Amino acid sequence: MSKQEKRKYLKLSGLEPMIVSADTNFINVGERTNVAGSRKFLRLVKEEKFDEALDIARHQVEGGAQVIDINMDDGLIDGKEAMIRFLNLIMAEPDIARVPIMIDSSKWEIIEAGLQVVQGKCVVNSISLKEGEEEFIAHAKAVKRYGAAVIVMAFDEVGQADNYERRLEISKRSYDILVNQVKFPPEDIIFDLNIFPVATGMDEHRRNAIDFIEATRWVRENLAHCSVSGGVSNVSFSFRGNNTVREAMHSVFLYHAIKAGMNMGIVNPAMLEIYDDIPKDLLEYVEDVILNRRDDATERLLDFAETVVGTSKEKTVDLSWRLEPLQDRITRALVKGIDQYIVEDVEEARQNADKPIEVIEGNLMTGMNVVGDLFGSGKMFLPQVVKSARVMKRAVAHLLPYIEEEKKKNPTSSNGQENAGKVLMATVKGDVHDIGKNIVSVVLGCNNYEIVDMGVMVPPEKIIQTAIDEQVDIIGLSGLITPSLDEMVYLAKEMERKNFNIPLLIGGATTSKAHTAVKIDPQYKNAVVHVNDASRAVTVVGDLLNKRSNQKYVGDLKEDYEKFREGFLKRTKQKEYLSIHDARKNKYSIDWQTSEIVAPNELGIKTIEDQNLQALEPYIDWTPFFRSWDLHGKYPAILTDEIVGEQATSLFNDAQELLQKVFDEKLLGAKAVYGIFKANSINDDDIDISSEEGDVTFRTLRQQLKKHAQKPNFALSDFIAPKESGIQDYMGCFCVTTGFGTKELATAFEADHDDYNSIMIKALADRLAEAFAEYLHQKVRKKDWGYADNEVLSNEELIKEAYKGIRPAPGYPACPDHLEKITIWELLKVKERIGVELTESLAMWPAASVSGYYFANPEARYFGLGKIKEDQVKDFAVRKNIDFEYAKKWLNPNLIE
Amino acid sequence: MKDIQKILEERILVLDGAMGTMLQRHKFTEEDFRGERFKDWPVPVQGNNDLLSITQPEAIKEVHRLYFKAGADIVETNTFSGTTIAMADYEMEELVYELNYQSAKIAKEVADEFTKEEPHKPRFVAGSIGPTNRTASMSPDVNDPGFRAVTFDELRIAYKQQVEGLLDGGADILLVETVFDTLNAKAALFAIEEVKDERNIEVPIMVSGTITDASGRTLSGQTAEAFLISVSHIPMLTVGFNCALGANQLTPHLEVLAQKTNFGVSAHPNAGLPNAFGEYDESPEQMAAQIKEYMDKNLVNIIGGCCGTTPEHIKAIADLAKNYTPRTIGAVV
Repeated sequence: MSKQEKRKYLKLSGLEPMIVSADTNFINVGERTNVAGSRKFLRLVKEEKFDEALDIARHQVEGGAQVIDINMDDGLIDGKEAMIRFLNLIMAEPDIARVPIMIDSSKWEIIEAGLQVVQGKCVVNSISLKEGEEEFIAHAKAVKRYGAAVIVMAFDEVGQADNYERRLEISKRSYDILVNQVKFPPEDIIFDLNIFPVATGMDEHRRNAIDFIEATRWVRENLAHCSVSGGVSNVSFSFRGNNTVREAMHSVFLYHAIKAGMNMGIVNPAMLEIYDDIPKDLLEYVEDVILNRRDDATERLLDFAETVVGTSKEKTVDLSWRLEPLQDRITRALVKGIDQYIVEDVEEARQNADKPIEVIEGNLMTGMNVVGDLFGSGKMFLPQVVKSARVMKRAVAHLLPYIEEEKKKNPTSSNGQENAGKVLMATVKGDVHDIGKNIVSVVLGCNNYEIVDMGVMVPPEKIIQTAIDEQVDIIGLSGLITPSLDEMVYLAKEMERKNFNIPLLIGGATTSKAHTAVKIDPQYKNAVVHVNDASRAVTVVGDLLNKRSNQKYVGDLKEDYEKFREGFLKRTKQKEYLSIHDARKNKYSIDWQTSEIVAPNELGIKTIEDQNLQALEPYIDWTPFFRSWDLHGKYPAILTDEIVGEQATSLFNDAQELLQKVFDEKLLGAKAVYGIFKANSINDDDIDISSEEGDVTFRTLRQQLKKHAQKPNFALSDFIAPKESGIQDYMGCFCVTTGFGTKELATAFEADHDDYNSIMIKALADRLAEAFAEYLHQKVRKKDWGYADNEVLSNEELIKEAYKGIRPAPGYPACPDHLEKITIWELLKVKERIGVELTESLAMWPAASVSGYYFANPEARYFGLGKIKEDQVKDFAVRKNIDFEYAKKWLNPNLIE
Repeated sequence: MKDIQKILEERILVLDGAMGTMLQRHKFTEEDFRGERFKDWPVPVQGNNDLLSITQPEAIKEVHRLYFKAGADIVETNTFSGTTIAMADYEMEELVYELNYQSAKIAKEVADEFTKEEPHKPRFVAGSIGPTNRTASMSPDVNDPGFRAVTFDELRIAYKQQVEGLLDGGADILLVETVFDTLNAKAALFAIEEVKDERNIEVPIMVSGTITDASGRTLSGQTAEAFLISVSHIPMLTVGFNCALGANQLTPHLEVLAQKTNFGVSAHPNAGLPNAFGEYDESPEQMAAQIKEYMDKNLVNIIGGCCGTTPEHIKAIADLAKNYTPRTIGAVV
């Protein structure tokens, strides 16, 4: 090999690359998946126990094999069929398929069948000149076209190379034909130079090892870029039964062969002693034999061998994880897809559990959630998840009889079993992608749901009809390509039209919660859930079909999607927007001549210095209080809710206790400032306020979203009579707080390591502030302004805002601009009067404060501003006489990108 | 015409952008898809974009024209699904040769118009060879992981037919693209080698894989380098990646190729990741800004766009590519 030429390396691949470079250690080829090398493997293949056969392959990889040799040459099996079947199964096992495959057969048709089912770059084992050049060339060309490397046996028309010269002759001839005629890449050639036994007692075998080693040296030095391999165990054949000697022989042989350039080989790692650990005397006898250093080497080794007690060591895969706690073992089995021990582990879990179903709901789901998380974060990929599902299936299969028994014993007990239902799964019309759908199907199947899998490209009418015929409990739709999104929307519409009342699951790569919430959910009255991974599908389906709690769950889902939708629509840019000029033309018009405007009983600013807190209690809206503790449901129903009721009640009792203490000890200070003023709108969007303490102008913002016919573009100024109407109108402002003292109390609780009450007091103060705002608004309506003095409303009606007039707050949807708070503070002198301050981001301090406007017109209503365009921001900045960039900064969340 | 391999050493070549995105603008109806010739076809054909090469050839030619105008050196034929396997959905297996032939022919006509106008910038046609809708090394049935919905030989025969149509129609290059299962690609490459052998010709081949998700692997589970090794037995004009990811997400995988192969490297990423509505909304400027990184890092020889890209994207990319020298081919140890 010329020194200038760059060394080319043998590169192989499974799911991962394997490169045999100068720096690579010896490549260890696993051979337990060879029917000729392993009786157990042969038996398993014969009996078609492929799962156990796969375990052998997995053990080899886990034990360190970097390539696995697969051979199905046996008279009693259909080698081609077995090769295809086994390789296909291996491809579904990423733990095995990550390494390259060596396809081993003496029959070309088996080799070719193997090459046709493996995506990675394999090694063909083997071709040779045995049947002449023509066949050799034909096979080499095919191997090249399939993209594999090749083992060339030192074998020709005459026979197998059994000495130094013959090895050189055949390898040189083979190499020249391959490189020059076939144009086979030299780095893809691996020579098997025949390892034959030594110490057989026959003189002609004495040089078997040393000739191999020397031929290896010559090949590596003279045939550029190629590799040398061989089956090592042959060398010690004559010492069968004496593993100590055999292991030493293997080590010594490899030690010298590797030094000579052998870079690959079939070695059983369990049959290998560490070279340095070989006892000195044994080492000497073995080296004498391998290197043929003495005439009596064989006799000396034989004599010595009889003194050696065979103490074979067990080198197996790392099973230390088996000593870990039960849940860790189950989780590992699921994550790694190892189903070997799952039954015994699940059995152990079952014996620890009260009911067998708990093993599924607890131990197994814990593991599956880990799988889901890893998958979701890209740390596991599809085939592994499918494997996990299989382990799950076996585990569930083991538990099923016990679950059935439990059911018989206790037919009324509500275990998860009776909730399992029928799930229809389909990839929608026009889409062929179904891997994700299948995974979900399997995982659900493992969890005892009956799956009606309709396959791919399923037209909507078929889905609908099947759902009716099969009386399914849930429909799951999947799709990967973008038009599938529309198909899903269509199907949701159809389900609504046909008056379906079962949940709809949405999944697949292009689907999203946003699309589901915005486009699909509104089409259908029952739950529409976006499920982005299989593991989550189980919990979602479980919740949807859980008769105890599914109504609440569906309710929460709909609420969640609605909120998400609102949030999304606010920032979506799919919409068309009007210029501010055109938006104003489409303002909300009140007929001011007939509109009911009530002159207030009392104009001007008023202050409440020390509000009685207990008077606010009836005005508290408790639902948001529970939500702040992650308990979802409406008050008071939540207190008796089957799932969270107990928790909610206990929380509510604690809240009541603390609230009473607050009342009794006057722990919080409640103050308010408010006023009603003469007001008129000017220039469409502004409101002029006249007060004895100084006039101000409120700048309102107007919706710019292009509306459907007849729908106006609102601004708050639309609810105040314009100056040019000549009609005097009115408007109020307020700020309430119940926050004084909160911080001190919270700090005291924290110092007492009582985070629970620290959070509680803040949550209560917030509720009290809202209650105060409600209380004050009612007082204003009935007394100060007096336009609703006959109003009689329950607290529930107040919460639903069933009253006349509105109380919008800056920073909230109708007027998201926080800057107007500054105007309120200026008008009411809030800081001076009650001490509530604005932070630099215009948040109120104390936090438990509420400020806003009062609009009394019966036509006034809440609305969301939505997105606005830059032209309005410019206009707003000019009107408000502030810098455009400054205005933009504050209005940015509402600005269209 | 100058050898494309030579040109590739002189400058970065620009591949076109999405065909589907451009065709969607026409909002073709079922009738438009059918045209006169297929008006009585027994199954719906709307969505069979490849068919438009026969029924709406002017629309296809116009897309090619727009991409050439934008600065593309190479356009892809409208044949992504042009195999008997993919056409089975429309019962159009019999038309496969004609679809490929016609698609290549009309693309070549447009290319020739431009080459005539600008002889210093010859235009090329790459015959697009998609992955089909079946996977040769994965089972569609999770309960039977050993099952395969398609065999290597079935793929090889189908691809061979497509390759013959493309070459007869005048394709200059063959582009095996959107490879999500390497075994499918190997069947296509096998078929191409057979045709090359039978006709005693050389054809430049581009191979472009698809990294599907955050795992950084192909759908069939291979890493970028394992994919590269698995297809490198065939002499390629370029090897690269396209689809599934935007330009940014593709960078680390292109770096692997650029460091490890002596063939040219190509990339045609999507215009970002699809938004919640399945639309690609990365602007030409945004995309070009990311592709600039490829150029700065000297990663590519051919650059273009996949899903969601338009002539505007290609123009932005072409304008950028002009200022850079291509990655040196054959410099890897």
